[in-house]
Amino acid sequence: MSRIIEHPILGPLETERTVTIIVDGKPVEALEGDMILGALLAKGIRVNRVTSKDHKPRGLFCGIGRCTDCAMEVNGVPNVRTCVTEVEEGMTVNTQIGYGQWSERHDSV
Amino acid sequence: MIQCDVVIAGAGPAGLAASIEAAKAGASVYLVDENHKPGGQLFKQIHKFFGSHEHRAGTRGVKIGEDMCAEARALGVTVLLNTVVFNIGGDSVHVSSPVGIEEIKAKAIILGTGAMENCLSFKGWDKPGVMGAGAAQTMININRVLPGEKVLMLGSGNVGLIVSYQLLQAGADVVGIVEAMPKIGGYAVHAGKIRREGVPLFLSHTILEVKGDPEVSSVVLAQVENFAPIPGTEFEVEADTVCLAVGLTPLAELAWMAGANYTFSGKLGGFIPLHDENMETTVAGLYVAGDIAGIEEASTAIDEGRLAGVAAVQKIGLMADDQAESLKAVIRERLGSLRKGPFGSARAEIKESILAERRALCL
Repeated sequence: MSRIIEHPILGPLETERTVTIIVDGKPVEALEGDMILGALLAKGIRVNRVTSKDHKPRGLFCGIGRCTDCAMEVNGVPNVRTCVTEVEEGMTVNTQIGYGQWSERHDSV
Repeated sequence: MIQCDVVIAGAGPAGLAASIEAAKAGASVYLVDENHKPGGQLFKQIHKFFGSHEHRAGTRGVKIGEDMCAEARALGVTVLLNTVVFNIGGDSVHVSSPVGIEEIKAKAIILGTGAMENCLSFKGWDKPGVMGAGAAQTMININRVLPGEKVLMLGSGNVGLIVSYQLLQAGADVVGIVEAMPKIGGYAVHAGKIRREGVPLFLSHTILEVKGDPEVSSVVLAQVENFAPIPGTEFEVEADTVCLAVGLTPLAELAWMAGANYTFSGKLGGFIPLHDENMETTVAGLYVAGDIAGIEEASTAIDEGRLAGVAAVQKIGLMADDQAESLKAVIRERLGSLRKGPFGSARAEIKESILAERRALCL
């Protein structure tokens, strides 16, 4: 769970442009163009949500927006697939408990 | 409402190829994809492709994807991204995007929706750290993030072998490849790379349990005989990540919705829309190409896409029959050359039986 800076085929990673997102109340630095899930993995965060019935942790499973296991609350909207949603400066991202909660004020994502 | 000649769902290798062929013939083409970038899974294929010169053997998938996207745009294909096709019927599809819902009416509809990875259930399969092999590949090659440090791969088909090697390239430790069969499933060239790196192969083995709380910390393996674990052969391997490379299933919901007839092939991934030698389904004007028409590989998806694209513009009168037939003959020959050898010939037989089943329907 770390960033791949050097790569034998893809070359070095562009890391200059960063954005800060707020994850469960704490600032987390991400790279511009990151998917939320990728930015969290790079910081060792693997649990995106907790299931509603058995309260079991869930994380990355398909990585292409099909399985919804990585869903989180993003800018007050629950069930956002973090593997296919790009980070934005100041975005708030919360671990989703069960079906999650809509905040009173939310931006559409 | 938008009106066009051809609308294509899925901008992966099949959809891009179809859009290029249709646009070359002068068709107005809408290429719709739910992702924020076109290319489908091509951009995570950082290995060199096989096949002939025409199949761009020796070129990496990433480069093929870039070239195809550029060609489609240069030909005037309208690419709608972040857009989901959620309804299909008659001669139109409905799409949903951040700007709203729209109907796209077209003379031909091509589905290149691809496939999704299969899952396998064992104790602890749902722990964070157990993921599809394609998911791991997406993380390392697209997101440039390692999904874990010590990875155990389940499945030694081409996906399992290629992703294992790419995980090594990305700096991960692949602690082993587990395969229920007594021999490796994928191509020898991929297996050779893995062997040279000294990755342990657990042939005739399976995963009994993934342990860890909450995340993966170790995996219990056991030897199998006829797919049943042999009691007393269990042992534990330390790993923080488990990748499942146990096949793919065609994403064929839209064809169901449109009322197409289906056939079943376990070897090609499950239920597949029945199609003819033009890739046309039993619904007139509805075509399929790529993994939705049976799981194969990117090169075959590209050629099937070209075939569907040419057939579609021929059917709607934008290309003369003799020109279309000669183009299609060339593409079919190329497809035939991809379906040879110990792996390909089995696919060729299944594909032939699908065509035979379609002909027998006499719709």
